[in-house]
Amino acid sequence: MGELFNFNVITDNFTYFMIGRYPHGPLGGLGLTIYLAVASCILSFFGGLVLGLLSLVRNPFISYPVNLFINAVRGLPLLMVIFWMYFLLPALMGRTVPESQTVIMGLTLFTSAYMSQIVRAGIEGIPAGQTEAAISTGLKHWQVMLYIVLPQGLRNMIPSFVNQFVSLIKDTSLAFIVGVSELTHVATQINNRTMAYPTEIFIFIAVLYFFLCYAFTSLSRWLERRLAWRKAI
Amino acid sequence: MLTYQFDWSVVTSGKYFEWLVSGCKVTLQISVVGIVLAFIVGLLIAVMRMSNFRPARWFALAYLEFFRNTPLLVQIFFWYFGSYKILPTAVNDWLNSTNFEFAAAVIALTIYTSAFIAEDIRSGVLSIPKEQMEAARSAGFSFLRSMQYIILPQAVRITVPPLVNQFLNLAKNSSLAMTIGVMELTYQARQVESYTFKGFEAFTAATVVYLVLSSSITALVHLYDKRVLNPNRAV
Repeated sequence: MGELFNFNVITDNFTYFMIGRYPHGPLGGLGLTIYLAVASCILSFFGGLVLGLLSLVRNPFISYPVNLFINAVRGLPLLMVIFWMYFLLPALMGRTVPESQTVIMGLTLFTSAYMSQIVRAGIEGIPAGQTEAAISTGLKHWQVMLYIVLPQGLRNMIPSFVNQFVSLIKDTSLAFIVGVSELTHVATQINNRTMAYPTEIFIFIAVLYFFLCYAFTSLSRWLERRLAWRKAI
Repeated sequence: MLTYQFDWSVVTSGKYFEWLVSGCKVTLQISVVGIVLAFIVGLLIAVMRMSNFRPARWFALAYLEFFRNTPLLVQIFFWYFGSYKILPTAVNDWLNSTNFEFAAAVIALTIYTSAFIAEDIRSGVLSIPKEQMEAARSAGFSFLRSMQYIILPQAVRITVPPLVNQFLNLAKNSSLAMTIGVMELTYQARQVESYTFKGFEAFTAATVVYLVLSSSITALVHLYDKRVLNPNRAV
């Protein structure tokens, strides 16, 4: 084994894997991966909430196009969405857009469509009796949603949101395509430079991604058990 | 951008149209080969996951957790750039004699998708009442034979919709194969863009193909759900 594998390539480039050229240059590596995932997660939470609520609106002139949009995005590969962003954002905004922002926008749009389905399922999972009771006490529809349905629904959605965050962490690797120096891109750079250690490099980053994602997968399972337990009493 | 001249003829005829068509073919090829292999591997892993033989169960669990919690792109890079050190020489020779980009993409997609399929099959099996297994065992079937003749035939029927969705995911995920030079649909759309600067047209064409594929498959799943799984349910 000692002859076959040489993990010095990892220890020699460890800081570069973790944070890229930071603080002497832009953040990269694992740090940038986490930044991209967290930023897109926060944005797509709100995106998903808005899309999910709009898709349930009774007015078909609103809900129909929104559902069409959600299904179209879910029917596309993420790579295609990122290419569209890469291509359309500068045209729409009339200026060049940094690659990392392009990727965040692509990830946000893509993940919002999936988050909207979680929001929808969470809202539909609240018994109709709750809404009826709230309406009969004189609350308006938006008040019922804001004060009665969403607070309960959102709590049930938490495990699915965490799972979606795991998908986001994995999806940030696609930022490689447009040249954003997150973990996967850094790994290919080091691989191109050193040539001889692709196995070591890609096993190392796979394991890094694994620990990061597995931590959140476990968190999601734990939350799911906890929420089920709270419902039982 | 206001001066952009649309030219749809670029993607509806001629050389670039042929590029896109060949891209569609490669995407379908990867998806079909991938889903067949992923189903076989996924079935194997699912049975191991549910067996009473501990090493098999642990192996299956490790397989599932590792491959589902690692980005597909990294897995593709691993098989393409890094697998030669861990594979036997004979396998490496065989892979190099074939279309290696295609093979690496299929291996990565198969393994990634099989982990998701295994979980779909498992939840299908878990939905079969456990008395079925007990009855089969007490009738003298072994665990594997009970699975084969009693449990799996029923479970697969329920698992068809999630499996078809995995096929769709596989088709979409196969776009990542462009990173190692497999000339599938997204790769060809990108090629057309860089040769003609007609990016809008090229990406629209690819988008339409993906959307037709996904909406027809979704419609088929709905139909199966209505006709086969719940034929007696009122509309």
